[in-house]
Amino acid sequence: MARIPGVGETAEIAEKGLGGLEHNFLTAKLETLVNWSRARSLMPATFGLACCAIEMMATGGPHYDLARFGMEAFRASPRQADVMIVAGRVSQKMAPVLRQIYDQMMEPKWVISMGVCASTGGMFNNYALVQGVDQIVPVDVYAPGCPPGPETLLHAIVTLHKMIETDELVDRRRINGGGAGIVVEQRDGQTASKVVLTR
Amino acid sequence: MSDEATAQSDALDAEGAIEADPPASAYGVPVTNERDQQVLFPDRDNYIATIEALKADGFVSAVDLCGVDNLTRAHRSLPAGVAPERFEVVVSLLAHEPPRRTRVRVQVPESDPTIATLFDLYPGTENLERETWDMFGIVFENHPDPSRILMPPDWQGHPLRKDFAVGTVPVQFKGASAPR
Amino acid sequence: MTLLDDTTAASTDERVTRRGDDSAVLRIDEANVAMVETVDIDPNADTPMIVNMGPVHPSTHGVLRLVLEMQGEQVLRSKPVIGYLHTGMEKTGEQLSFMQGPTNVTRMDYASPLFNELVFSLATEELLGIEVPPRAQWIRTLMCELNRISSHMLFQATNGMDVGAVSMMLYGNRLREETLRILEKITGLRMNHNYIRPGGVAADLHDGWQEDIGGLLDLLPPLIDEFDELLTGQPIFQERLQGVGAINSAECLALGVTGPILRGSGYAWDLRRDMPYLKYDELDFDVIVGTYGDCFDRYAVRLAEARESIRIVGQCIDKMPPGDYRLQDKKVTPPPRARIDESMEALIHHFKIFTEGFKVPEGEVYVAVESPRGELGCYMVSDGGAHPYRMHIRAPSFVNLQTMPHMMNEALVADVVAIISSVDPVLGEVDR
Repeated sequence: MARIPGVGETAEIAEKGLGGLEHNFLTAKLETLVNWSRARSLMPATFGLACCAIEMMATGGPHYDLARFGMEAFRASPRQADVMIVAGRVSQKMAPVLRQIYDQMMEPKWVISMGVCASTGGMFNNYALVQGVDQIVPVDVYAPGCPPGPETLLHAIVTLHKMIETDELVDRRRINGGGAGIVVEQRDGQTASKVVLTR
Repeated sequence: MSDEATAQSDALDAEGAIEADPPASAYGVPVTNERDQQVLFPDRDNYIATIEALKADGFVSAVDLCGVDNLTRAHRSLPAGVAPERFEVVVSLLAHEPPRRTRVRVQVPESDPTIATLFDLYPGTENLERETWDMFGIVFENHPDPSRILMPPDWQGHPLRKDFAVGTVPVQFKGASAPR
Repeated sequence: MTLLDDTTAASTDERVTRRGDDSAVLRIDEANVAMVETVDIDPNADTPMIVNMGPVHPSTHGVLRLVLEMQGEQVLRSKPVIGYLHTGMEKTGEQLSFMQGPTNVTRMDYASPLFNELVFSLATEELLGIEVPPRAQWIRTLMCELNRISSHMLFQATNGMDVGAVSMMLYGNRLREETLRILEKITGLRMNHNYIRPGGVAADLHDGWQEDIGGLLDLLPPLIDEFDELLTGQPIFQERLQGVGAINSAECLALGVTGPILRGSGYAWDLRRDMPYLKYDELDFDVIVGTYGDCFDRYAVRLAEARESIRIVGQCIDKMPPGDYRLQDKKVTPPPRARIDESMEALIHHFKIFTEGFKVPEGEVYVAVESPRGELGCYMVSDGGAHPYRMHIRAPSFVNLQTMPHMMNEALVADVVAIISSVDPVLGEVDR
């Protein structure tokens, strides 16, 4: 009877199949495993801005229970976070802060744009708001609604999980270099500094 | 002190007169009764004196202060003796005993958009005056902190003026440096 | 602790009227704060240093940024820096008609959206010179008080979390969810309802609303009592809040502060009682006041106000009259949905009222209501058209924010978080 160290007795394996192994193991592509584990332990950065932040808090609350998706640990430090949920309207004054926080997050990182204000400026088509947070950071999932209910946010989160698992996002980053890649030019009436948004 | 006293006695006379006949003045300045709300129209020179008299009269807090840009509304109805100007500063005062409100509207010309600050009378107007400066460009003289409050400090223009475009502006982005 | 011992200071507002370096307000230019940070500070030297807190900080209630001048652990002067959520709503409000206005203003104070709609609608109605039917007024009263409960519960959640009682997040949110479920059933949305509109409310209460709301009223009191068990009598919680961030009523009045902060300082002023609007003069409720004006009093006032709101809601159920839920004035109210199917004129009317809106007579008006945060005012100017010429919202949080430097003066840095939380600012309303 031969014994393979760390695997088991050969006769037993022949008899019981996989059940005869001393340790169970499974095979997969390393990428798939990495993506699977990434999707299931996302840590969101708190970026609550406006009305949507209240719904984001409600999502973390007892009724909707974000912990089911392994995401209940909101990190205060961007260094510890993987996903930024931009919850609310982004003002011109906030834009540099938001970008700085995004830059401080470690790769791989993802962005959910929550609500129409973050996605497109929403109903506030005026001087004060950035008309869509995708002008500043690359957005992976847009959650519609004003504000999106917790169900919508959960749907967006599950969608993000699926996208992470299928590697779609990594591919996209590989193609466009990972930045927003948007260059914005100075117009009249605004601040004196020239504005360039790229990495 | 004596000015204040006369202003107060004027006020008392005028308040008595309001009930009998819609009168021309209270606290020595023109007054109207707009939808059952008393509105006083001092000019910039007797603005502080009027507010002082009102404060002495029981108006304990200045609940609101805001600007109005009447660029396209030159022919609005104002009481006799009040010349319309482009800007108005509107102060809402509240008295608790008995509960009543009054409103002070001061005309501020476009050529010289300055007005005295109310900080020493009502320190609570500090934020509101900063907001009015930020949004309309009305300067409050001797204000303790004359800086922008809502817009970024290097913003150009005053957004709530009627000649400031509503529409979107491109995102402006400054300060944060790229990681490499 | 200082104010509790020092009774002589209790009636002066001298502290808040200072404008020089002895003031608690750090009047430093935002642009200069960054410059200050670059100066080399010897960590061993006993000099004050400037510390930035926010705008993205887990305990600053949204995007509030604080610039603190610290001497070791002690705060000397401070300044709240705001504008990170400035949305230009007053400008947008000038573009939207009076009909569309509530959609805009409801997004200001997102913790109590119905109050914003209410004050906008009241101002419009005052300009129009119309009065809405009694049932609409009672529905408005009912909805506002439900909203006050949910807003104060949100405060309990965030306040508990900020002082370290993280589980209060779950308790507060649970109560809020129960209230929001009713609001959603009536208005169709959890937040930003656009339910109260000029001329009445958007829809009548659904069938069986008495049972729904009655069920909520049975459910809430024992859950609110849990806060008493978990927080009010809890020594750690008391230590954390009592004597912290004290402000007296003279200072509150000088700063124009209203709402639970003013009442917490022992001054009974509530617009619902003192300048009644809607149907508050026919309702029986108490105005809650504190004694010391510290963080604990503000917490207790809000908790007790939620109980008063439950009383008011109960009375609203009993007193709700039959009748119309909106004014039948064809100038202001759109035709009912059923009429549109059968009448061409009604269709045109509906189209016109939603595209062009209705014209409002020239004039200006200031209207105020008591929101969960204080006096929420609306100054509206009409030039006779269908859009407001100027729409200014007097946001209670915006004014109340000015108390922070005075409360934080000589407090420890750990108390800063408790003080921010007890002011309960909603940044959407502060920045508008």
